[in-house]
Amino acid sequence: MPVPSAEELTKRKRVEVGIETVSNQASTDFPGHWPGESHEWDIEHFEKKFDIRFHKYHPHDAEFSLVGIDTSVANAFRRIMLAEIPTLAIETVFINQNTSIVQDEVLAHRLGLIPLQGSKEGLDWMRWYHQPTEDDPGSGSPSDYNCVQLHLDVKCEWQEDGLKRVAQGETDPDRLYTGHNVYARDIVYTPTGKQHDIFDKEPIKPVHPQILIAKLRPKQEITLMMHAVKGVGQDHAKFSPVATASYRLLPTIDITKPIVGADAKKFARCFPRKVIALEEVTAQDVQEHPELKGQEGEAKAVVADPMSDTVSRECLRHAEFKAKVKLGRVRDHFIFRVESTGQRDSDELFLESVRLLKVKCQRIKRGLNEMMR
Amino acid sequence: MPGHTLEESLLQSAVRVEDPASIDGEEIDVAVDRDRLSGATDTAASFQFDGEDHTLGNALRYIIMKNPDVEFCGYSIPHPSEAKMNLRIQTYDGVSVHAVLEKGLDDLMAMCGVVEKKFQLARDEFVANRMEH
Repeated sequence: MPVPSAEELTKRKRVEVGIETVSNQASTDFPGHWPGESHEWDIEHFEKKFDIRFHKYHPHDAEFSLVGIDTSVANAFRRIMLAEIPTLAIETVFINQNTSIVQDEVLAHRLGLIPLQGSKEGLDWMRWYHQPTEDDPGSGSPSDYNCVQLHLDVKCEWQEDGLKRVAQGETDPDRLYTGHNVYARDIVYTPTGKQHDIFDKEPIKPVHPQILIAKLRPKQEITLMMHAVKGVGQDHAKFSPVATASYRLLPTIDITKPIVGADAKKFARCFPRKVIALEEVTAQDVQEHPELKGQEGEAKAVVADPMSDTVSRECLRHAEFKAKVKLGRVRDHFIFRVESTGQRDSDELFLESVRLLKVKCQRIKRGLNEMMR
Repeated sequence: MPGHTLEESLLQSAVRVEDPASIDGEEIDVAVDRDRLSGATDTAASFQFDGEDHTLGNALRYIIMKNPDVEFCGYSIPHPSEAKMNLRIQTYDGVSVHAVLEKGLDDLMAMCGVVEKKFQLARDEFVANRMEH
């Protein structure tokens, strides 16, 4: 069985980025594609080649690379993070009084989009709530295990001497009124039933207390009750647990012929900072490239940090670089960036997406067995 | 599989399959409604998955294509407003499509297992390194 050279394998994995075109896009690691080569699925081979590297790790913002996996699977993880991991969000708003200038439906929509947080065990304990319809009882009336009750009760008033100050020409609302800005922190969680124990230590509250919900003026008030339920991003974006979950392929820059002198500086400016570094032309360089004779000690462009490149292709617009550089991306190197909205940690979100894909397969396998019976 | 034709290849999981064209949510009888995904043989069949989309479709297509017994594998979403995904598998001589689909699911699950394990390792290692510095 012919074994492709390392050079050939790198070439196969390279997506070439031209000035106007992208080539060699599709993966070819399938049985029957390359004569004589196997490419059969082999878990041990995968385990040996597959690698994960972390670049950034914060609770709500993580960046890591998956190397040696196919796009279809990496994309499945991304799609699951966006649309299929359940979170808690405000679904129903019961408005008692709203005399603010924000209309009821706009206010309800704004409330729905506020990210909530609370005890992770508690959120896992929460069940789905299905709204009852005419012919389907759904989950019936909301209960402690599938619904979270929140209240918002705010009223704007004049400050003491506020009227006096307004007569003197004061216009700063902070010096005239109280309660004129309604923030997410004004939302009050009312635990019911078992929630008293489960959300005892980490009660449900908005992730960002400073989100401005509405502005009020004296005598205006908002009195309302909210039901937050579990849902998935497929249904409404407010349920999506991530602000963004995206990946990009690792960029590559191959300098095929040396770029030296003033050209090197110009070349470096074609890229984001620190992607290209300048080094001195050494005697060895001159030996390898005779055309560099006499330029020893001048600046030479070298690739320092391809990961920071944005693949703007600026360098390909200049005639002097066109024949000296090749841009590309590595097809199986995915740089993931997962930004959480705060309900779950970024790393947990990725793990959850992997588990969910597994669960999907399991469910279908069960269905398949039933069909065969 | 004596007495069993794969014409009934409408994949039914534990969930009820409701006929979308029916007003009263009538259930689809697989035996009656066989022209849905008809024309299947032991080595070539189409499967319909309810409630699935590109997420599973493309991943499953990839892993099934990695099987050397498979002549062809492809998936489609027939209509964007119906939550359905069709998967077509054709195999080389005599290999059952069911076995191939089952192996595909197993392989994908094994792959997820490796990804989960390696992710946890990489994360713990990164955290440990950060603590040292």
